[in-house]
Amino acid sequence: MAETRLMTINMGPQHPATHGVLRVVLELDGENIVKATPHLGHLHRGMEKLGESKTYHQAIPLTDRLDYTNGMGNNLAYVLAVEKLLGIEVPKRAQYIRVMMAELQRIAAHLIWLGTHALDIGAMTLLLYNFREREDILRIFEEVAGGRLTPTYLRIGGLSKDLPEGIEDKIKAFVRAFPDHVKEYETLLTKNVIWLKRTKEVGILSKEDALSFGVTGPTLRGSGVKYDVRKAFPYSSYEEFGFEIPTGSIGDVYDRYIVRLRELEWSNAIVEQALERLPKGPIIANDPRITLPPKDDVLSDIASLIRQFKIVSEGFTPPQGEVYASVEASKGELGFYIVSDGSSRPYRFRIRTPSFANLSALSKMIEGSLIADVIAVIGSIDIVLGEVDR
Amino acid sequence: MTEANLAVKKLKEKFPHAISEIKTFRNEVTVSVPKKDLLEVCRFLQSDADLQFHLLADLCGVDHFPETPRFEVVYHLCSVKRNQRLRLKTRVGESESIVSVESVWKVANWYEREAYDLLGISFENHSDLRRILLWDGYDGHPLRKDFPVEGPDFDKPFVPEV
Repeated sequence: MAETRLMTINMGPQHPATHGVLRVVLELDGENIVKATPHLGHLHRGMEKLGESKTYHQAIPLTDRLDYTNGMGNNLAYVLAVEKLLGIEVPKRAQYIRVMMAELQRIAAHLIWLGTHALDIGAMTLLLYNFREREDILRIFEEVAGGRLTPTYLRIGGLSKDLPEGIEDKIKAFVRAFPDHVKEYETLLTKNVIWLKRTKEVGILSKEDALSFGVTGPTLRGSGVKYDVRKAFPYSSYEEFGFEIPTGSIGDVYDRYIVRLRELEWSNAIVEQALERLPKGPIIANDPRITLPPKDDVLSDIASLIRQFKIVSEGFTPPQGEVYASVEASKGELGFYIVSDGSSRPYRFRIRTPSFANLSALSKMIEGSLIADVIAVIGSIDIVLGEVDR
Repeated sequence: MTEANLAVKKLKEKFPHAISEIKTFRNEVTVSVPKKDLLEVCRFLQSDADLQFHLLADLCGVDHFPETPRFEVVYHLCSVKRNQRLRLKTRVGESESIVSVESVWKVANWYEREAYDLLGISFENHSDLRRILLWDGYDGHPLRKDFPVEGPDFDKPFVPEV
């Protein structure tokens, strides 16, 4: 009998299908994976340490760079945590615009996931369609916030500026056209025989394992657990919107795909509702110690100028205490745990990112399966390394 | 509130001597336990049929330098069935170690590696306590308060040993 031994393969950090700089060391018996060890940290930028050295306002741009496909959602999680710490109320209009932006961002993030995931498995066409629709959303963001990938649109207490004139028609046009696009994606994949063979019963994650590994977001819902932060712990007026939580049954790659596709439609429905019922009113809370004054006042009124100067240079001082606030980001539960010692900078700036916990379940999902399935599984848990490594 | 108090009430019944402090701030309940009782408390919270804290949402360390004991380990628990959260806390000194909760929630493996990597808190009975974000052989723990934000050797070039 011929001698057999295990082969060790380094997948990444430059592998195109690891979605960034993930490195997985695979021990193989032929094509079967015996052991998989992920190695992280290639994109570690020390964000938690940096956050401790910045005032509360200055840390907002840092959050854009966590999951760089979900800038608006990251902003939202952070400002919610600080607002909870301060105990301030955000005006209704700002809350609705935040919801609208977060859901548009979720659509954009899911479109990147769908395109790259399909590309990894071999369906190349879809990427071009997905980026076409994503471009529409990024154009909207550019007009609203000034930035496409890193909008930094939200401020503590509200928004940086109100919606520009005419943007509502553009969002409306997008919302109206989008359901047909989702159908278009589905014709390419949902019943495609090759797609089914690559995704059905691949990378199965049971309910119990998913919870134990701290998995959240569409990956957890794919395993059949109905947990969505928007429903479980509503924030920013989500309780006023009608939407459902799609779930899968067995927790394979296909289930996660279906869950995200349905989420695209529900997110679109939420944007539509927010647009229809968009209240009028101020877009930022008026608390002179905390929120920035309107720019027009700063240019014409000395008191506002002093207020802006003080907030920008010294920041504000929240009470001592600790808060944890989380949102349903496109990948799962994104939480900020902030410990305040009463100074103008956070004492501890902890970021609980969904991708980190979701990735910890990777070994569980791929050990015992084929090497080709690794690509499908990594794509299906939708990780972004900027958020894993922070 | 009443629901979260259920967890507090049950903990008080089950571990009358183990709860050192209960705080509520902005509707978030924080329970402090001494580190010798931590594993038992975690097992109870995870497995009790009325509480069901199946999800360890987060685990992190906080450095309170120069206080002693120096570190605080914070556990954010979440019950997806009852939509409740609870924060557990325990203190641990610089030269001490704390028991790992990997046997209760598997995700603790990575979170504890991160706390070990960035703060230097060591965990007992951990299956694989290595650095996770920084490279092996890195000197120091960057999230400690006595570690400068620009790094101790920011003006020297980094040459790894071969």
